[in-house]
Amino acid sequence: MPLEIAQRVDAKGLSCPMPIVKTAQAVKSMVSGQLLEVLATDAGSTKDFAAWSKATGNELVESSVEGGVYRFVLRRK
Amino acid sequence: MTAVAEPAMPIVDEPIVAPAPASEDDGATKAKDVLLICYSGELEKTWATMILASTSAAMGVKTRVFVTFWGLQTFVKDSKRITGQNWMQKMMSFMQRPGVSHRKLSKMNFLGMGPWMMGTLAKQYKVASPKELLEVALALGVEFIPCQMTMDMFGLKREDLIDGMGEPVGAATVIGLMTEGSAPLFI
Repeated sequence: MPLEIAQRVDAKGLSCPMPIVKTAQAVKSMVSGQLLEVLATDAGSTKDFAAWSKATGNELVESSVEGGVYRFVLRRK
Repeated sequence: MTAVAEPAMPIVDEPIVAPAPASEDDGATKAKDVLLICYSGELEKTWATMILASTSAAMGVKTRVFVTFWGLQTFVKDSKRITGQNWMQKMMSFMQRPGVSHRKLSKMNFLGMGPWMMGTLAKQYKVASPKELLEVALALGVEFIPCQMTMDMFGLKREDLIDGMGEPVGAATVIGLMTEGSAPLFI
């Protein structure tokens, strides 16, 4: 079953800490179980999103990189 | 040749067992509070304070920033030019313009050339400015707490400070938060 993305955040080009900040703001408007997709180009974001997921309890479902664009899929806890 | 005497009592009488790691998903694990102490009014340290405060709040951690001494100058409204009650307090604000948008670098300020270059680089690399990050931090619920003593010393009134700041407190409140487990960071 393909994952249904409920909301998207385009943080491409933004530097620390804005991708995380925008993600935190987006998650607030979602309901439990919904998926959020975040696109970023900040090279530190792989570790940052893993840390954010661990600290907030929102599951990091997918973490990938393609052509310098990092893609994260998070499930709202 | 004398043999080394065996210790009469074992130094460790019980095997040392590492504490069990906290359950990953018990749902009750509460993140520690973070307490930043914003002491400096310099541009670079103001930036660090704003980045850490907004990130901490974005990570779901209760975040407080105690704002004291030169740090409090950052939290005066940008539109205020001269603050204070007596000539010396007024002179202080004249010599170093208050407000988050008027911070200076501690080194390489070169009459504003350094901050201008920092601002230009930040824009180029899409780094949010201290002012933008301050707005984000307030929106994410960061509590900025002014130091009462600093307000008195600089002759600052509540209406001189930006909207949304907490009640002014003293050092005892800050130490109290640390003893209750807030992770402190002095900037």
